[in-house]
Amino acid sequence: MEQKKLAIIATKGTLDWAYPPLILASTAAALGYEVQVFSTFYGLQLMKKDVSDLKVSPLGNPGMPMKMPFGPKWFRDINWNIPNVVQANVPGFESLATALMKQTIANNGVATISDLRDLCIEADVKFLACQMTVELFGFEHSDFIDGLDFVGAATFFEFAGESDICLYI
Amino acid sequence: MDFDKELDARGLNCPLPILRAKKTLNELTTGQVLKILATDPGSIKDFAAFAKQTGNELLSTAEAGGEYTFFMKKK
Repeated sequence: MEQKKLAIIATKGTLDWAYPPLILASTAAALGYEVQVFSTFYGLQLMKKDVSDLKVSPLGNPGMPMKMPFGPKWFRDINWNIPNVVQANVPGFESLATALMKQTIANNGVATISDLRDLCIEADVKFLACQMTVELFGFEHSDFIDGLDFVGAATFFEFAGESDICLYI
Repeated sequence: MDFDKELDARGLNCPLPILRAKKTLNELTTGQVLKILATDPGSIKDFAAFAKQTGNELLSTAEAGGEYTFFMKKK
């Protein structure tokens, strides 16, 4: 049987949205897929050498539960309904939300982004970065992990056109 | 059931149990059996799907007190 192919376009650069492309890429690789991830626009953040500064923003995101990762169960079960106007005006709100989410991630035995990315690399997931957006955002090649190919859309389509699954995330 | 290696994936969440299992299976030879312990409730269907797609044989699945035990034979 010919090896199946998964092509992913990663476009988001927040802590929460860093997960779907890396979970799907690593799992597909474990299932025997050949995988390529093309990072463009904010998705480039996932390819930075240091991903520990990725943040999550609950602002304008009504789908995000706001729960505390510590304390007794009744306290952890409270969904804090914090108005956008407060979220937007309290300095450091995003950093606080990010710290709480990282704690929740650790509490639930969920991998860190850095670990998941290492698992992808170990499983031969091929990472590509969009050269145009690297220039657009004023990044340097040295900002990114080793082994990254800086290419354009045409190169991505070479693989994506042959892929069994192609996802835009 | 006899097994050649054991993987403790308890406390880990998707997709780590599958990734660890895949990695551990790589250390085994054809026909050897891996025992996997997990607590992720999604792992029952995930290990069945993993076996179906990779050709490794899922010999058994058991659940007791919120813990899942799988025996998988390497292809």
